[in-house]
Amino acid sequence: MRTVRAVLSTGLRWLRAVSGDDAYERYLAHHARTHPGAPLSRRAFYAQRETAKWGGISRCC
Amino acid sequence: MKKITGILLAVVGAIAVAGIALHRHEPINALWIVTAAVCIYALGYRFYAAWVAARVLVIDPSRATPAERHDNGRDFVPTHRWVAFGHHFAAIAGPGPLVGPTLAAQFGYLPGTLWILVGAVLGGCVQDMTILFLSMRRDGRSLGQMARDELGPLGGFAALIGTLLIMILLIAVLGLVVVNAMKHSPWSTATVFATVPVAILVGVHLRRLRPGRILEGSVIGLALVLLAVWGGGWVDTHPLLRRLFDWPSLPLAGFVVGYGWIAAILPVWLLLAPRDYLSTFLKAGTVALLAVSIVLLHPQIKMPALTAFVDGHGPLFGGKIFPFVFITIACGAVSGFHALVASGTTPKLIASEADVRLIGYGSMMLESFVAIMAMIAATLLDPGVFFAINSGAGIVGSAPAAAVHTISSWGFPVTVAQMQSLAHEMGEATLFARTGGAPSLAVGMASIFGSTFGRGFLGIWYHFAIMFEAVFILSTLDAGTRVGRFMLQDLLGHLYAPLGRTSWYPSVLLSSTLIVAGWGYFLYVGVIDPNGGVNILWPLFGIANQMLAAIALSVATGILVKSGRARHAAVTLLPLIWLAIVTTAAAWQKIVSADPRIGLLAAARGLSEHLAAGTLPAAAAAVAPQLIFNQRLDAWLTGLFTAILWLVIIDMGQVCVRRLRGLPVTATSEAPYEAARLQPLTVGGPQ
Repeated sequence: MRTVRAVLSTGLRWLRAVSGDDAYERYLAHHARTHPGAPLSRRAFYAQRETAKWGGISRCC
Repeated sequence: MKKITGILLAVVGAIAVAGIALHRHEPINALWIVTAAVCIYALGYRFYAAWVAARVLVIDPSRATPAERHDNGRDFVPTHRWVAFGHHFAAIAGPGPLVGPTLAAQFGYLPGTLWILVGAVLGGCVQDMTILFLSMRRDGRSLGQMARDELGPLGGFAALIGTLLIMILLIAVLGLVVVNAMKHSPWSTATVFATVPVAILVGVHLRRLRPGRILEGSVIGLALVLLAVWGGGWVDTHPLLRRLFDWPSLPLAGFVVGYGWIAAILPVWLLLAPRDYLSTFLKAGTVALLAVSIVLLHPQIKMPALTAFVDGHGPLFGGKIFPFVFITIACGAVSGFHALVASGTTPKLIASEADVRLIGYGSMMLESFVAIMAMIAATLLDPGVFFAINSGAGIVGSAPAAAVHTISSWGFPVTVAQMQSLAHEMGEATLFARTGGAPSLAVGMASIFGSTFGRGFLGIWYHFAIMFEAVFILSTLDAGTRVGRFMLQDLLGHLYAPLGRTSWYPSVLLSSTLIVAGWGYFLYVGVIDPNGGVNILWPLFGIANQMLAAIALSVATGILVKSGRARHAAVTLLPLIWLAIVTTAAAWQKIVSADPRIGLLAAARGLSEHLAAGTLPAAAAAVAPQLIFNQRLDAWLTGLFTAILWLVIIDMGQVCVRRLRGLPVTATSEAPYEAARLQPLTVGGPQ
């Protein structure tokens, strides 16, 4: 039972990381570690992220 | 332990390959192919990839990656290798490996399957891993930049032009695939149309309502597109709505062009980003479902190992097995396009150099496996049915009776009643001459899913498969148009500086319009072509894609020689030589062959003679001038591709010769060594 739960929670964490669902939390952690001052808001962060992500070649044939 | 696994893999793989080889004149089970594929991938990964990584690339896990050195919490982020693998696979996975194998199935299941396996293990996976590695050592520089830095300005320019042209051809042919799948199919058309507002809804959700809740937004979107598949079935039964969504191909092409143009100028968050999330989840889910179903169902392959069409007169496209099987299946075996993705986003995520093998080689292995499954889905159909769906009216005749007569005369029996009952089961009016590969793949997938999960829902499964392919293709179309636009703006910026500003609206409008007009033209000609258009466009796209792979392998070979590893340069040089032979042979035949089914100029000549003699029916005569012009244009394009390829190869050759003779060459652009300090990561855990 515990193994099943561990596998599921790893799977969910993987899914969140792959899809970018947890990107803001990662950014906050990074920001707190390395920069003084206020971080971007959640909305502003994702706005920047989407523009950057689809600004180059992001999809193949 | 590792040795025992290796030996076991080799034995099982050998048995599976022998099984395929011995089952020559009787149907073979798909499980043989799956087993052989898995063993070959495992051996390739375990031995060849490990050797290339250790000895040729000389991977150094003690060296800090750009993700560690430039960590900014945004694009440079050290990422767990399985997460980076997921990212990279999602980026390289497109509709290409679904279409190519379906078309190549006209030669029988064997040639395509062998090329997918061998091409991937020795060519495609190596290319992806090498370019990923080289770009990682250069702070994530693009293929074009690496070509310019390491070979010279010519290499960089060739990569840029090649990319732009391949993008235009790719979008045109994929647009044609969607149009052919929706043509006179109210169910498909209604479902595909409905995916546009669904994507916009998800986009608004992710931007305005609940910013960045990507999983949540995607789940809502997935539920809605599944509802759209079911809703399309309802539209199909409604007499008025049915007529409203029953479109011929020309207006559908207009829709695709208009959609592409609007999608390219809209902000990314509204349509492109949410559609990309949906298509990624759809692809991952469908591929997993397909793999499970094939193993559970283990269907018989009904297509022979080799058909008579290896001699070049196949109905899907003209041309002999050599070189055309290697051109038709690009994605899934070797895809140059991957080099563009492998140089850019992914290298900035790699936490340790040791991960390059899994991310680069491993992702391409999975992509290749998708191609194997597409081959299985195409070849488990009755060959007669397969050819009836995929042969254009210009080849077998537009009347069903004539088509089944021709196809049966090839030794692949099929009847009108059989096709009608199949079309009825799938919820379509007809399945004759649905060229492009998507409908036959959808029929194959529906048969697999239907047999595994119940035959009552064949229509739903068929249209699910069509929707899945269309969502994919539309996101490639949108993303590709945008990339083409950026490149064009970059080029135009040299002429008039403000045009190079990616956010200046007049420049956005101008460059988007030019790119859409480029692929829209090829799409239009494909639609009016009575042979379906895919038979001309797909080989052209394949040549372009393989040419891009050859350019990428040239860059890789040049860098290997420059960095003193000439001894091992064969790892990239041999696939390069093979691709150069294949693309040049294919291009030569496409230009000079006297057979109008293969040679573009011969086809143009034949058609203009018929036109002059007045022997064409009125409808054909009306479009003939455009077809003639297009065939000549395609011949010139093919020649241009070949010229660009050989210029890059010569450029690479002279850099290598200078280096081997001890003459000075441009310095390598590799970033200097810095020791890695990063602690091992956990999946999705804190950095």
